[in-house]
Amino acid sequence: MSDLEDHLAHIPHAAAIGMTLVSRGKLSCVVRVPYAEHLVGDPDTGVIHGGVITALLDNASGMAVRSEPEDGAEERSMATLDLRIDYMRPAQPRQDLIAEAHCYRTTSNVAFVRAIAYHDDRNDPIASSVATFMLGTKAAPRT
Amino acid sequence: MKILAELREQGRAQDMQALVEHLPYARFLGIDVDRKGNEITTILPFSDHLVGNTQLRALHGGVIGAFLEITSIVQLLFDTSCERLPKTIDISIDYLRSGRPVETYGRAIVTRHGRRVANVRTEIWQESRSAPVAASHGHFLLTPA
Repeated sequence: MSDLEDHLAHIPHAAAIGMTLVSRGKLSCVVRVPYAEHLVGDPDTGVIHGGVITALLDNASGMAVRSEPEDGAEERSMATLDLRIDYMRPAQPRQDLIAEAHCYRTTSNVAFVRAIAYHDDRNDPIASSVATFMLGTKAAPRT
Repeated sequence: MKILAELREQGRAQDMQALVEHLPYARFLGIDVDRKGNEITTILPFSDHLVGNTQLRALHGGVIGAFLEITSIVQLLFDTSCERLPKTIDISIDYLRSGRPVETYGRAIVTRHGRRVANVRTEIWQESRSAPVAASHGHFLLTPA
């Protein structure tokens, strides 16, 4: 099991929605959520809820920041500062969702990430997002 | 949407608890809606499957995003009658604090309600309303009834 797969397995909500790692690159990763009835947003159409796309894009974006094999970035704790999602077309019923995230810039404190979500054609995205993460945050529970 | 039409026919167009019980993903998260007069608050009880970071036992960022989005949509449907669920055009989320393993509450304000598009601002909090966990601003596409 790679470190990122291991990382994903330890995120309860990622496991709850069936998220798996498809592939990873330098500061990028591809993640999949299989279609499931409990993820449906509109029972009339059977389309997956936008919130699942939010969870998928948020998770993929965070993992892209961690996905830098040659340095110690894996161990740094981080926090999402903001996430903006544009929904460009409706998701289709009974189809898996894939998210592809790319961290295009990191500074000493902040990481900037773009991501897209799609079914099978990355040129026909369902949603796109931009996120920023604060790096090196304290890894202790808030009291 | 069938459930929206059914609730309207039963004179329960503002029964948002009944609505969220019909949305599989909202049920999976465990969202409830509390109504007091003309105000509603969404409630997300803590559950282990909502955790994103086991070390901190913090809520997953995606759960926070989904809760903000559902709170926004529920407020829109409470304020106005729609034929179908409003569609999210975009949502912008500020993560302000980590979500602790306790109950979370949400409230939204429809800042502009046009014929086709509505703007909604939403905040979620835990122990203190003045210390929100996250806030969002979204645009939603409407299908008026």
